[in-house]
Parts: sequence; C-alpha cells; structure tokens
Amino acid sequence: MHHEIIISGFGGQGALFAGQLLAYAALAEDRHVTWIPSYGPEMRGGTANCTVIISDEEIGSPLVRNPTAAIVMNPPSFDRFEPLVKPGGVLIVNTSLVSSESKRSDIRVVKAQANELAAELGAAQMANVVLVGALVAATGMLKFETLDRVLDEHISARHRDKLDSNKAALRRGAALARP
Amino acid sequence: MLTEEMQVVFDYPDALTEETTHYCPGCTHGIIHRLVAETIDELGIREKTIGVAPVGCAVFIYNYFDTDFCEAAHGRAPAMATGIKRALPDRVVFTYQGDGDLAAIGTAEIIHAAARGENITVVFVNNAVYGMTSGQMAPTTLPGMKTTTTPTGRDVEIAGYPIRMCELLAQLSGASYIVRRSVHDPGNINRTKKALKTAFRAQLNQAGFSLVEILSSCPTNWGMSPRDALTFVKEKMIPYYPLGDYKVAEAVKTIAQ
Amino acid sequence: MKEFWKGNEAIAEAALRAGLEAYFGYPITPQTELLEYLAKHMPPQGRAFVQAESEVAAINMVYGAACAGARVMSSSSSPGVSLMQEGLSYIAGSEVPVVLVDIMRGGPGLGNIAPSQGDYFQLTKGGGHGDYHPIVLAPASVQEAVDLTYGAFDLAEKYRWIVIVAADGNIGQMMEPIELPPPRRVERRDRGWELTGAQGRPRRVITSIYLQPEALHQYNEHLQRKQREIEKHEVRYSEYLMEDAEYAIVAFGTSARVSQTAIKWARAKGIRVGLFRPISLYPFPYARVAAISQRVRAILVVEMNSGQMIEDVRLGALDRVPISFFGTMGGLVPLPDDVLPAIEKMVQ
Repeated sequence: MHHEIIISGFGGQGALFAGQLLAYAALAEDRHVTWIPSYGPEMRGGTANCTVIISDEEIGSPLVRNPTAAIVMNPPSFDRFEPLVKPGGVLIVNTSLVSSESKRSDIRVVKAQANELAAELGAAQMANVVLVGALVAATGMLKFETLDRVLDEHISARHRDKLDSNKAALRRGAALARP
Repeated sequence: MLTEEMQVVFDYPDALTEETTHYCPGCTHGIIHRLVAETIDELGIREKTIGVAPVGCAVFIYNYFDTDFCEAAHGRAPAMATGIKRALPDRVVFTYQGDGDLAAIGTAEIIHAAARGENITVVFVNNAVYGMTSGQMAPTTLPGMKTTTTPTGRDVEIAGYPIRMCELLAQLSGASYIVRRSVHDPGNINRTKKALKTAFRAQLNQAGFSLVEILSSCPTNWGMSPRDALTFVKEKMIPYYPLGDYKVAEAVKTIAQ
Repeated sequence: MKEFWKGNEAIAEAALRAGLEAYFGYPITPQTELLEYLAKHMPPQGRAFVQAESEVAAINMVYGAACAGARVMSSSSSPGVSLMQEGLSYIAGSEVPVVLVDIMRGGPGLGNIAPSQGDYFQLTKGGGHGDYHPIVLAPASVQEAVDLTYGAFDLAEKYRWIVIVAADGNIGQMMEPIELPPPRRVERRDRGWELTGAQGRPRRVITSIYLQPEALHQYNEHLQRKQREIEKHEVRYSEYLMEDAEYAIVAFGTSARVSQTAIKWARAKGIRVGLFRPISLYPFPYARVAAISQRVRAILVVEMNSGQMIEDVRLGALDRVPISFFGTMGGLVPLPDDVLPAIEKMVQ
C-alpha cells in the first residue's frame, strides 16, 4: 500500500490534526509514515495544509505534487488541489463550505456536509474527523479500531468529553463514503 | 629578610604575572590591572576566577593576570562571560572592556547582560578614544575632542553625542551595582579600588550584574604628557562623566558598608 | 518502540539525551520549536538555557560555555547562522567543541522561511574569516537528524571542533516515526584545556590571537593537520541502488529523499540510476565521488539552491563524466515530478 494524502483548510479547521490522526494510526499499524505541514509560501491564500504519506516501503519524498487522496475543507483548497489528485484517486470535499462541483470523472469524489454533521454529533469542530472517516472508508488505508485507539491516546484533556463523539464522527463520515 | 619590626606594606599581587605590560607610558590601565589584582587577592578568589579579555588596548590582559582567561571577539565579552557563568555558576567571572568594545560594538551585549542580571562583574575602562587602533573617535569621545576620525573636533551634528553608560545601565532592574570612578589621583584610585571590591563581592553574594566604569587617560592618543592627560580627566572628562554611584541595589548596600 | 516526533523537537530531545548541559539561542523560523522545547525541558533539569539578545550573543555565550568545558549547543536558521559566523571563526580559532544546528531557509537576505539548502557554502567553506571548515552533517530524515545530533557532541569533543547539523525546514517541521537513543549523563572531567579556575594548576588561557605571523602560520598548520585527520576519518555517505547504476544522482538532505522517489520512477522506466548521498558535507566524500565518476555515464546533482555542492562534486569527478544540475531556489522544494525529467535529460 502507498497513500499520499493532502489535507487542506483554513487555519483552525483542524487540517493538521486530521493529518496527525492518520499518521499516528499508520504508525500504530507499523507502516512507514511522514507528516509534513505547510508553512511559509504555502500559507498564502489563508490555507494550512499537510501532506501525509503512508506506505509499506521506506518513504522517499515527503512531498508530492499529485496526491492519491485529498481532503479539501474550504474553497481555496478545493481550487488548488481538486485538479492535482491523481487519476483513480479520492477527493473528499467539505460541502459545508465548498459549493464548487468537481468536473473530474477520473477520480472518486465524496461530498460531506461535515460542519453540520459534526454539529449534530455535538461540536462543529469535529468536521475534520468526519472528513477523515470518509477518507479512510473510501480508501481502506487504515482500520477504524486503530483510529479509535489513536483518539484515545491523543485527544487533549480539554476535549476528553468529546472522545465518543469523535469516534461517532469518524463513523458518520465513513457512512458517506461506503459505496 | 623581614625582622619583627618590619612588615610588608606593599607587595606584588599574586593575581598578576610578572610579565611586563605592553601599555604606553602614562597609561592608567596598569593601575587598574593592579587594583583588580589586589581585589582578587584580598577576596581570595584567584583560583576560581575566570577573566574575559576584550578587543582593544587590554587585548593581552590575559598575559598579566595569573588567573584563567579567555579572549572574546570585539564587544562580545559579556556574552562569553554569560556562557561561562551559566556553565560554572560557582566561579567568579569578570570582563575587562574599553569604551569602544563596551559602548559601541558591544552595546547590545552589555545592556542585555545587565538586563538579565547576569551575575558577572564588568570592569569598564573609559578613556574616550580607540587606543589600540591609534586614536579614532570612541562612543565616549567628548564633544569638540580631536581624534583621527574627528580631526577638527567631535562635531555632534555629524558624529552625535557621547554615551554615558552608567546612567543608561542604572535604569535596568537586573543591574545591582553601577558606579563611575576615576584613577587620576591617589584618592580616586583608592575609591576605585573600594568600588571594584564591592563589585566582586556583589557577584560573590549572587547580587547580579555589577559594573565599575573607570575614567582613564590616554596620553599617547590624546597627544598630551601623562600629567596633562590626568588633568584632562579631572577637568574635562569628569564634568561630562560625573563620578558617583548610579545604582546600588539593596543587596549591595550592606556589602558596600 | 517507535514514536512520532517533529524534527525540531526530536533534535532537541536527542541533544538532551546526549548530555547537553547548556543551550543559547534566538528565535527564528523554521527552527523555533527546537528552542522552545529546550526552554521547557532544560531549566527543570538544572541545565542552562538562555534566550540571547541576538544570534551574535548566542554563539558567543556558546563560546564561553564551551571554554568552561560544558556540552553546549545553539540552533538557528540561515540568517541567524550568518550572524554567528564571527563567533564560529573565533571558536574554530580557539579549538573548543561546539554543536550547532542549522534548519536552513531561503535566502539571500531575509528571503523566506521555506526549506532551502542555500547554506552549503557558508557552512562547509568556513563561513567566517580565516581557514577552517566545521564538520557539517546533513540528515535526510528525522531519525537521521536524531542520530547525527546525538553523536555530534562526542565528535565535537574528539576533535575540539565545530560540528554543524545541517537540516532544512522540511526536516525541522516534518514528523516521522523515530527511535530515540538512551539518555546519557556525561561525567565532567578535566581534559587539560577548559577554564575552571586555576586551582592547584597553572592558569589556562583560551585565545585565538597570534600576533606574530610565524606563530599564526604555525597555528594554522596545526589546524590544517586536524582538518586532514577529520577528512581521513569522518567521511560519511549513503548509497541507494548504486550497485548496477549507469547514472548517478548526487544529492543531500531533503533533495536526496525527493531524488530517491524520482529514481524509483526512473527505474520503472528502465533507467538504471542510483543515488549517492553525502552525509558529511565537510569532509566531502571526494574519493567516493571520484570512484563513481569512473563507472557511471553521467551525474546529476540535485540541490535546493543554485548549485553549491556541485562544485565539490566537480572536484571529485573532474571531467570524467558530464555533470548536470537541477535545483530549486527561494524555498521551493523540488518534487519527484521535477527531478524525473532531469534524469531523462541526463540519459539522452
């Protein structure tokens, strides 16, 4: 297996944490993994993104031009990364903020009204987790039990009461992506 | 041979080596070296003292002191002393710096060492000129004073004003003892010695940053006889750089008594 | 048991585990987490941490602590390292052991905070005035950054010399699974040169001034003998798919990793290309580059600068093979997609 994932959104939408969630889970499943945040010129346009590579083999370049999967959480991220997803890849779109439609027929597009779904589960801030659930279900890159375990270990004390809601958010996202 | 009636009243300080100094005739660095050495002897700290030499006339000071010494880059002695003191907090660390070193190129380092309350002692020798490079304007050159880079006298419209470092440093909370003295006559030499002793004792008492500014003469670069140079210190330097205690923290007041 | 660490913090933890006693630094992106990590962890452990007023002051504090015999380091990024060059020259001229981490960013000038390898010249060629070359080690992963930092202190003390760990913003900011080495407590012992106060021994002086030209010449000859020793014993490199390679990429750090992926893609197209990755940028592996130049058809140098290491590759390879270059500047990180066409061009 070899997945190259870009997760992009406004600062505060939790794109970087979403990437770390994947990365910690990949480590727990004994994969090779890199996580690298955007900083510097990448910040232009008000977006923060990270690149996560998960592989069975040693990882060379930690950055890619054409990811096998992308989560776009806001309009600038959609504009930037929708055209770049590799043919056969997956694009997860947060339709709570993105109204543009993908015109690509060579990738799978999963739409999630992540903010509203997360709000229904208790906190709109969990939109990123909903989107991660959709990505993992669409690609099968990781086990949900592993993600649960990572949430157990890494959710901050401040958000501890939201642990079960986060696990539910993963499943809610997954339900959207299952064919 | 000493007899019962005879006792030593003046001797060569243990803290000085027997090396002949390279200072010009009439220069007061030699007096100041001796005062620092006597202080080290009297406090019994020679074996735990580490000096930091400047770039300037005193660049070879390490040849004259029988203590551990290192040589800093120009102006950086307070930073280097900080590194030594943080690594070895129970040693006594002092810098010996001239006016170009301390008040021009090393301004940031001295101010921040004082602001941190770095527990070091600074001996600041102010002779209002760059001596080693033979007589250029220093940050402390008096208005109207001739140097090789102010050949018609320091014009404050062009070259700005001299810096009074004690007044400046005394504003900082980290500074514990900031005083200005002079060595132009025996009475002032004695007062300078006392101040140096207080400064080193402040360090030994963990009081924080201590600095003694010492007005000094430079007959060679001022173009004067040694006697005229001392008169110049008294009549021209002191009015611009008044002697006195600019800051004596509570913790140091008891030491000074 | 592998843990997931950010490069900057992993480097800081590796330094702590290597017995770091004193740190002096100044904030600059993209290395600031390193400073912050040590600010958090050193004072509670009774180790010296000072945020200096500038990189100029920081390196001179490092100089002082090194003279006092402490395991000491600083870290910075390119513009800050420029400011440190004065102090580094004095440190070289005084032969005290110092470790510096440079998380390189784009230049010249203020440049930007994005990853770069534009410090190759200023790090490997001395940077400051006079004749000296610090040992420069370039990691290509967080694990390697940890390992090189952990070993850097022993290396610095072995030669009483500067060791610079030269990473770029990518490695500083990236998170990867790593294994941390065991914590060490380094016993302070007198090595005959450090300044601790002249108690029961003759005084010691550490200085870099030798006023007589003959004396300074002799001292420089001594330093040069040390450099030759370092060149003899401390060359490090790594190779990837070089056994049957007809073509070679020479790259270090992040650009080497990027090239590794491009090499995989090129191999899939039937191009027999391999990677030669210098780990020690000084001492540069000239002999190995010379050997490679005798058996490959062409060399491609990939760097995140306008072509700095390529000068050393040319010194090693001479005119034996054509040497081409692909570089990105300004903090742009080359992607495998960019390197592959450069490989294809080399092959034509």
